[in-house]
Amino acid sequence: MVGVLEKPEMRHALLLTMLSVMLLLMGCPKRDAVKEAPPAATEEGGATTPGLETNGVGQGTATGAGAAGEQAGINVRIIYFDFDNADIRPEYRDTIAAHARRLSGTTQRLRLEGHTDERGSREYNIGLGERRAQAVRRALMLLGVSDPQIATVSYGEERPAVQGSDEEAWAKNRRVEIVYIQ
Amino acid sequence: MNPRREGLKQRVTAAVAVLALVQFGPARAALTVEITEGVSDPIPIAIVPFGWAGVDQAPADVAEVVAGDLQRSGRFRPMPRADMVDLPTKANDVIADDWRMLRNDFVVVGELQPQQAQGQYMIRYALVNVLNGQRLLEYQQPATTATLRAASHRVSDKIFEKLTGIPGAFSTRIAYVSVTGQPPNARYQLIVADADGFNPRVVAQSSEPIMSPAWSPDGQNLAYVSFESRAAAVYVQMLKTGERRRVSARAGVNGAPAWSPDGTRLALTLSHKDGNLDVYVLNLGDQVLTRLTDDNSIDTEPVWSPDGKTVYFTSDRSGAPQIYRVGAGGGDRAQRVTFDGTYNARARISPDGAQLAMVTLDRGAYRIAVMNLKNAAMRVLTSGSLDESPSFAPNGAVLIYGTQDKGRGVLATVSVDGSVHQRIAAEQGDIREPIWSPLPAS
Repeated sequence: MVGVLEKPEMRHALLLTMLSVMLLLMGCPKRDAVKEAPPAATEEGGATTPGLETNGVGQGTATGAGAAGEQAGINVRIIYFDFDNADIRPEYRDTIAAHARRLSGTTQRLRLEGHTDERGSREYNIGLGERRAQAVRRALMLLGVSDPQIATVSYGEERPAVQGSDEEAWAKNRRVEIVYIQ
Repeated sequence: MNPRREGLKQRVTAAVAVLALVQFGPARAALTVEITEGVSDPIPIAIVPFGWAGVDQAPADVAEVVAGDLQRSGRFRPMPRADMVDLPTKANDVIADDWRMLRNDFVVVGELQPQQAQGQYMIRYALVNVLNGQRLLEYQQPATTATLRAASHRVSDKIFEKLTGIPGAFSTRIAYVSVTGQPPNARYQLIVADADGFNPRVVAQSSEPIMSPAWSPDGQNLAYVSFESRAAAVYVQMLKTGERRRVSARAGVNGAPAWSPDGTRLALTLSHKDGNLDVYVLNLGDQVLTRLTDDNSIDTEPVWSPDGKTVYFTSDRSGAPQIYRVGAGGGDRAQRVTFDGTYNARARISPDGAQLAMVTLDRGAYRIAVMNLKNAAMRVLTSGSLDESPSFAPNGAVLIYGTQDKGRGVLATVSVDGSVHQRIAAEQGDIREPIWSPLPAS
C-alpha cells in the first residue's frame, strides 16, 4: 500500500531501473513522436502509456536518440496509477527522468496535482492523491530536482478528468498531473 | 509519542480571506424530497387545516408543512385533505368516532392567531388520540412572519416525539456541496437548506473544489475546505454575517475539519511535515496545533466523541482503510476500532456516542454501515454502489448521506433501523457531502 519510493532500499532499486531504462533507450528503435494521447484504458493497471509508446524521433529536431526519448517523455504530463495504489508504473520512468533532466540545475518550478477515481471516501482519496503526488515528487528528487522546485496538491476525486462510473473513466482519473508554473 | 505543539500564529493569524468568491443568496435549484421506502405500518393521522383568525388569507399553511414533515419521515400516513368531512380547529370540536371511522388513529387540530404586534403570530394546536379520545398534546408556538415555516417544523417535532418517542429533527438544516458543469468549467457551491429542502442558500462558491463542510456545535458556523487558491485550505465561515477566516493553509493537505464538542478546536488533517497525512487538533483561540497521529500512512477524517475525549479517524496503517481511535489530547497510541471487511472509512458518531456510521466496502460496493461500539456489530443500511459521507441527524434516528442516481449525485436519508428511506435531488447538477445541523437552540 505504501508507495515504492518511500523505502530507501526501493529508491536504489528505482534509480538502477531508471538508469537501465535510459541505457535501453539509447538503442531503441525509433518511432514517430506523438503528442500526449489519452490512455487506452483497460482493466486495472492496463492503461497504456503514451510515454512509452511514443519514444522516438522528434521530427528532425532531435540531436540523438537520447534527446528524442526525452522529447517524448517531457511531453507526457499525466502519470496514471493503479487502483488504491501510488506506485509509479515502470513505463513512466523515462517520463520522470525527462522531467528531472529539464528541472535539474534550474529554478523552474512545478506543481504535482494528485487525483483519484470516485470510489471510497473523499478525504481518504485526498490522502491517496497526495500519496501519488509525493511518489512523483520523490522520484524527481532522486534524480536531482530540489525540494523548493516542487509543490504538491491533492484534489482527490474532486476534479475528475472524465465523467463516468466505469473502469475506463476510473483509470483516466487516477493520475498525477505535472504542471509547470512560472 | 509526545504531542508536538507549535505556535503558528504568524502564519494563520485569523487571515480574513477575500470574500470575492463568496456570495449570498437563494440557490436557484430547489430540492425535491421523496420517500422511497417507509415502515410497513405507518401511523394514520389527520392534520386538519388550521384555522385563521385574521383578515385576508392566512400567511402560512401550518398543517400542510406538518403533514409533509410527518409523511416524509416514513413513519406516518397523513390523511388527504380531500377526504376530510369536517374541519375542526379546536380539540373540543373533534368528534373522535367520525375520525376513527375514517381510519385515523390521531388527529391534529389548530389555529393560527395574529397577535397585536404586526407580523407576530401564535400557533395553538392539539393532538388527539381518537381511539380513546385522549388529548395527548395542547401547545402553543409563537412565530413571526419570517419564522412561520420554522415554527411549523417545531409543531412537527413535538407531534413526532409524542407519538414515536424520538425527538423530531424537522427544525434542522442541512449543508451540502453542489457541483454543476465539469472541470475546468465546474461551479462548486456550499449550500445550506432547511431539512425539508426548502430555502436553499448559497454560502460559498468557487470554480475550484469545495468539500468537507462541518457545522460548529452551535450551528452558527461552517468549517470547510476550499481549493480556491489552487491549494487546499480550511475556512471557518459565520453563516449570519458571511465573515470568513482561513484557519489553515499549510503546504500540502489541509482537510477534513471536525469541530470539538465545545466548539473551541478543530481536528483536521495536515501533511505539511513530511508529505504524509496526519491528524492534528487546532485550537481556534490561540492557533496552537497538537499532533494526534504520527504514522507513515494516511491518517484522516477525524471525528470527536460527544464527550470530547476521543477522536476517531481513518487510517490505512494496516494496509487498507480502517477506523481507529486516539485520545483527543495527543500522546496516545491509536487503537483499531473496525475489523470487519477491507474498507471502512469516514466515521461519524451518533449523538449518544453509542454508534459509528461509516463507509464500508460491501461485496464490491461502497455503502453506509453503522457499528455498535459496545459489541462491534456492523449493519449495512444502504444498497447503492457509491454511497458516502454519512451524517447523523441530531436525534440520532436518521442518517443523511450522498449517493448516485442514474449517474447523478443525490442525497438520501435512511433511518438507523433501516426501515425508512428518502431521496433528495437537486433540479440540476450533483449534490453531495450532506451534513445535518445541530438542533436549533430552543
